[in-house]
Amino acid sequence: MKVSHRGRLKGKWGEASKHQGWCRVLWGTIALAVMPVSAASDRTVVVGFTASQTGKLNVEGIRQINGVNLWVEQVNAAGGIRLADGTLLKVTAKFYDDESNKSRVQELYTRLICADKADFLISPYSSGLADAAAVIAQQQNRIMIAVGAASDSTYKKGYTLVYQAYTPASRYLTGAVDLLMKYEPGARKLAVVNEKDKFSTDVVVELKKYAEAKGFEVVLFEGYDTGAADFAPFINKIPPDTDAIMGGGHFADTSTFARQLYEKGSRAKMVALLVAPPEPKFAELGEAAVGVIGSSQWEPSARYSGETAKAMGVQWYGPGVADFEAMYQARFHEEPSYHSAGGYAAGLLLEKAIKDCVSTDTEKVKSALDAMDIMTFYGRLSFIVTPESHGLQKGHEMIYIQWQRDAKGALVKRLVWPKETSDADAIPMPKR
Amino acid sequence: MLAWGTIVWGGGNDATREKAFTLIMFVGLAGSLNILLGYTGYVSFGHIVFFGLGGYMGFYLLAGHGWSLPLASLAGGVFSAAIAGLLGLAVLRLRGAYFALATIGVNEAARAFVSNFEPFGGSTGMSLNFSTYQQYGGAGKALWLTFDLMVAVTAAALLASALIKNSRFGLGLLAIREDEDAAMVMGVRTPRAKTIAYMASAFFPGVIGTLYFFKNGNVEPGDAFQLNMSIELLVMVMLGGQGTVLGPLLGAVTYQGMRGYMLTSPLFKDLHLAVAGAVLLLIILFVPAGFVGWLRERFPKLRGVLE
Amino acid sequence: MGNLISLLDGVLIGFVYGLSAMGLSLIWGVMKVINLSHGAMMALGMFFSYQAFSKLGINPYLALPGVAVFGMLIGLLIYGVAVHRVLSGPHLSSLLATFAVNMIIIGVGTAVFSTSPRNIDYSAGAVVVGDIRLPGTRLLAAAAAILFAALLYLFLYRTRSGKAIRAVANNREAAELMGIAPTRSLALSFGIGTSLAALAGGLIATFFPFTILSGGTYELKSFVICVLGGLGNPLGALLGGLILGGIEGVIPTFMPVSWVPVVEFGLFILVLVLRPGGLLGEK
Repeated sequence: MKVSHRGRLKGKWGEASKHQGWCRVLWGTIALAVMPVSAASDRTVVVGFTASQTGKLNVEGIRQINGVNLWVEQVNAAGGIRLADGTLLKVTAKFYDDESNKSRVQELYTRLICADKADFLISPYSSGLADAAAVIAQQQNRIMIAVGAASDSTYKKGYTLVYQAYTPASRYLTGAVDLLMKYEPGARKLAVVNEKDKFSTDVVVELKKYAEAKGFEVVLFEGYDTGAADFAPFINKIPPDTDAIMGGGHFADTSTFARQLYEKGSRAKMVALLVAPPEPKFAELGEAAVGVIGSSQWEPSARYSGETAKAMGVQWYGPGVADFEAMYQARFHEEPSYHSAGGYAAGLLLEKAIKDCVSTDTEKVKSALDAMDIMTFYGRLSFIVTPESHGLQKGHEMIYIQWQRDAKGALVKRLVWPKETSDADAIPMPKR
Repeated sequence: MLAWGTIVWGGGNDATREKAFTLIMFVGLAGSLNILLGYTGYVSFGHIVFFGLGGYMGFYLLAGHGWSLPLASLAGGVFSAAIAGLLGLAVLRLRGAYFALATIGVNEAARAFVSNFEPFGGSTGMSLNFSTYQQYGGAGKALWLTFDLMVAVTAAALLASALIKNSRFGLGLLAIREDEDAAMVMGVRTPRAKTIAYMASAFFPGVIGTLYFFKNGNVEPGDAFQLNMSIELLVMVMLGGQGTVLGPLLGAVTYQGMRGYMLTSPLFKDLHLAVAGAVLLLIILFVPAGFVGWLRERFPKLRGVLE
Repeated sequence: MGNLISLLDGVLIGFVYGLSAMGLSLIWGVMKVINLSHGAMMALGMFFSYQAFSKLGINPYLALPGVAVFGMLIGLLIYGVAVHRVLSGPHLSSLLATFAVNMIIIGVGTAVFSTSPRNIDYSAGAVVVGDIRLPGTRLLAAAAAILFAALLYLFLYRTRSGKAIRAVANNREAAELMGIAPTRSLALSFGIGTSLAALAGGLIATFFPFTILSGGTYELKSFVICVLGGLGNPLGALLGGLILGGIEGVIPTFMPVSWVPVVEFGLFILVLVLRPGGLLGEK
């Protein structure tokens, strides 16, 4: 059975084909499942992924999947991906709800590849789940764009087909330390409380190194189990004279942490947390949100454009920042967050790579991604291609927001760092 | 039974192998649980702890010390059995509901401990560098090897189950299940018998765990000690018929089939647990002997065949 | 000072843990059944409270009587459907029957509510004494727990139905001979047990986020508490709750917080093995 997908598999795992051939000869009559000969069509490309539509990651997961689906809709509305040789490639998206559950992810990605014939994959949201999917992708020789997954550790495992669309975890909170040094030069003590998952752990390990190198004392460095609801034991351990509190994990736990910090009357001058603050939903915390800083992969007020691309000497691709925001707003009636932008960017990456190599063949698209260096509404995207860290994002940077009250007293997000491209100055945490 | 096993083997196709892998894994796990539950009557709610601990140890040897897969899985199984032996000294003295509660406690304690244990990777667990698969000739070949080993260990578990049931040792276990005090009076060395059964029931999950985590490429505390998975094993054993050899196999096949269908159907995807619960309830209330047990009662002639 | 705050935080929650454990303890004491749907009942209580608050705008504390009645009704239903038939059977049957109920509740709950976390955004201010700041929600929860514990005690010792329940718990056959219809008492005590679980859930929902799966953690804590305080001893359960809460509050002060479950379950197994009757003895 020489089918297009089988063909790709045989190239790398030739020995496995021999085993299968032997079995087929012996048990030929007992045909348990016959893989249909695919209509070797390069007119449709199937993109498979799972989304955390329910479960503890559902807030971020839904945003991400909205971004991906927006991209799919737009590509198809334009007739498809237009290749240089004139072919028009329609995109079919196939996805399932992974319920923020790791074993489901593995079952579902295997299903996406084997039963749904996905040509390319986009990762689930969160490093933990993306890691689980990466194994399957590599085992089955499919390219996967990892979005919503910042952990560096995934890229140290020898994968060659997984490409990261997020700034790596190791660069997530280092900017917050710089911000702190600028606005509170006397600050010396830092408390770190983080979720004990791959992503947050990677973030805080680098954060601690960076902070200590800059002369800070890390007075608390503890992790909470995923799904923790009671942060009182941690908050009680933060010494009263701590200058800044950093950490968190994902949306649900980080929001609860921020709320409980407020309820317990924390007196830190700065609070910088992961994932939750940049989400518009964070505003629901009301007073507890004021002053909280978050690092973000992208904001609607970001300043990426054709000019910035020219200044850096890279190609500009895709819609502009304002265009993306308008399209997303019109389609989903909500403000996009960086999770949405990331989802859309993942699609853009696949689109550009396919166009660059004028093919949907895994090897060719891989080469295109290896060589990619573009500027988009989402920021600069390029990948590290050394064997030790293949696929790690290189060009993209974090920006930092803070929740403040505007002149009318409403809660708004303001870009406060890097200073050169910021909207406003950072404010200290309000007195509680 | 052996015939059925080899038919599945002949698939030669990745998609069927994936489906079959999970199924065979659960047959093996359910079969091992049956050695304890079905024969001695001791209800272990937290049996998955042996899957987790053995799997962790096997993975640790595999990923950290470069042991080969067959050797590492065996080591995982031996480790689980050893833990069971030690644990048994304390918990096998408990009866009925207390024992059940203790097994839950053990599972949770193990998970919390491993989560903090740095050599096993702490809360983020351990993972394999993808190049490890090259040792076996590439990922494709490695996956097939894992599958073959899984079939082997499951067959071994079912074989062990059958052998035990038909031996004098097994007779002693069944006596314990009926009335432990009477069994003691009759000369059955109950502490020793229970411990051996416990260790046997722990060995196979340890091997299976290592194979499972090798296939997944990583292991985390959250994956290794899932109480829900443990309970699903119980359902499978009860569904098929506890105390029989074929029961766990039938129960696992039925349950997994049901589950696989429900998980991808948007209507039932969330209800699979509720349906499983309803099925379990109906069995407890009306057919406590499970499917195979019911068949044996109904058709005495089949007793010779339906072991 | 930090240690005192930790201890107080722990003890306040301990009251709520104790309340939930009392329900489990009562059911065990009266009919020797370990209700493995205890956690699911707590989660149902959380959701009832949440729905009342977010859909009807009812203050979560005012909704408590509703939560109690709801818990009682579900408990009676569970008793009739699942528990009654297996009471005379082996322990395994009742364990598995209540576990099956647990699976059903969680399965249906997941289908209806999904596993996305919910939050009751209710703030009851805080009581500030010097450097110590105690959230109002936790104080009120502790007060409510004490109130319901007292009500339970009054019921068991001062009302006819309560005394009937205690008689049945003591010796079912003798009670029957004395003219007490055991089924009524058994069903009622099961209902009270689940009602207490639901109440505890409703209180916990005021200060922690939750999902339909959250009951699991608290169920495990209830087991630990019952074993500490002696299965079947409701007062022991309340005390056990305080002890556990205290442990949870104090241990983090000298150990990383993530070691607390190891200590909890280690203690659990130790007590089970060494003194199955609990630290305070069974009743």
